[in-house]
Amino acid sequence: MRPYRPLAIPASEITPEASYFQRRDILRMAAAGGLALAAPSLAFGTEMLEAKPGGYDPGEELTPEADVTSFNNFYEFGTGKADPAKNSGQFNPRPWTIQVDGMVGKPAEFDLDALMALGLEERIYRMRCVEAWSMVIPWIGFPLASLLDKVEPLGSAKYVAFETVVRPEEMPEQRGVFQPLPWPYVEGLRLDEARHPLTILSMGLYGKTLPNQNGAPVRLVTPWKYGFKGIKSIVRITLTEEQPPSTWNKLAPNEYGFYANVNPEVDHPRWSQATENRVGGGGFFGSNDRPTLMFNGYGNEVASLYDGMDLTVNF
Amino acid sequence: MQLPTLPKRYHAASIWALYALGLLPAAWTFYLGATGQLVGNPVKIFEHLLGEWALRFLILTLTISPIRDLFGVNWVRYRRALGLLAFWYVAMHFLAYIVLDKRLAFDVIVEDIFKRWFITIGMAAFVLLIPLALTSNRWSIRKLGAGWVRLHRLIYPIAAVGALHYCLSVKVIGPEQLIYAGIIAVLIGWRLVRPRFMAMKRGRRPQYGKLAAEIPRTD
Repeated sequence: MRPYRPLAIPASEITPEASYFQRRDILRMAAAGGLALAAPSLAFGTEMLEAKPGGYDPGEELTPEADVTSFNNFYEFGTGKADPAKNSGQFNPRPWTIQVDGMVGKPAEFDLDALMALGLEERIYRMRCVEAWSMVIPWIGFPLASLLDKVEPLGSAKYVAFETVVRPEEMPEQRGVFQPLPWPYVEGLRLDEARHPLTILSMGLYGKTLPNQNGAPVRLVTPWKYGFKGIKSIVRITLTEEQPPSTWNKLAPNEYGFYANVNPEVDHPRWSQATENRVGGGGFFGSNDRPTLMFNGYGNEVASLYDGMDLTVNF
Repeated sequence: MQLPTLPKRYHAASIWALYALGLLPAAWTFYLGATGQLVGNPVKIFEHLLGEWALRFLILTLTISPIRDLFGVNWVRYRRALGLLAFWYVAMHFLAYIVLDKRLAFDVIVEDIFKRWFITIGMAAFVLLIPLALTSNRWSIRKLGAGWVRLHRLIYPIAAVGALHYCLSVKVIGPEQLIYAGIIAVLIGWRLVRPRFMAMKRGRRPQYGKLAAEIPRTD
């Protein structure tokens, strides 16, 4: 076992009980008024994480924290939606380093403190899974561009490749006879997508460090793309000249494209992408179906990245 | 090996108990879903649960006659209930899909059925089950005679299609899908070797008797 090293929390930052019990009200207010979140509670394995407001809020009701942290796709911990929360207790995301290399002037390793020093912001983003469900999540993170600036990409770099950790002893689906995916999980972005201001590396949600099931300690968030692009528990980022492989695209290229931009007009071969189910809320009858938006509603910001491209071919 | 059998006076009650017990997973999960106690995507959880129980009851339906062949225990009296439970679960699976999942958006449903072939074959299996459910009564058995047996052989392709539908519906085929498909393959495979097995079983007994009589005494 690695020694456990908690982040230093000054007594002044510990939430008073009264504020703790106001959490729901505050969240409701925050959802209604677009306020920055305050006074988070601590869940098992997470710590409070300070962040300044990042100025992104779709103005929609937040998906309850219980749903965000118990309904996940993280195949290293199981293929069922409840598996990651159930099976990730053995995973130890501290200490951690990300190696950044490839076509860069200054390859480097970053530990969690170095990453946090890049300036944490809270941003509320829509999240649309390729399986036609969606959430609204208050992420804490920093623009990926800030990290890329540190390593000085070469002019010849065109793409950014990402890699998830491989730890069979802590990730049950990475051992045994039936392993659902080839490991490590890999993803990729075009360099201009990676540098886009919306693209963040997230280190927390709901005012706390990321729970293991959400990709602790660092994951990618690209809100205009399907959720599987949001690679979790990242250990390596490599700048490349060629388009890097991405796990789902390699597995089923007719079902999952490299770009994976949210697009209600391009169906998955086995289901429609025209609508989505907003996770959380009141069972069958309170269930919340809504039309899916082009680029998940971020078209104003990102559509120009794809000018002149046929999005039915480059899906 | 001797499997348990119930005294005759409990037969009817045990069949009704099987219906009640068999519908329990659907009723309980519906209650959880309707009261907001299924986390995440309640409609999909309910829909998938109904599909899995449909496969389980199809499998149980197909195990009745191998159990009789291999172990000499006759549970045929439960087969109609198991088959009907499979049918009801498929029907509920379909209803959950059109009512709760697709909210009766018939244009979308029709597109799904014609465009997405795992849904096409699932629908086909459901349609093929309807005549079996309708003729699952004594009157039909008498009326149709040998035709009834031929009609009800449809259960084999239906089960195979059901397993395929399950495998094609998931993002990655895992152990669950392979277990269901494997069990159904074995149960269908059994039907292919059954005639030879039964001939062996029937043919040998008298032969052994004869041989025993013919063994020359050595004393």
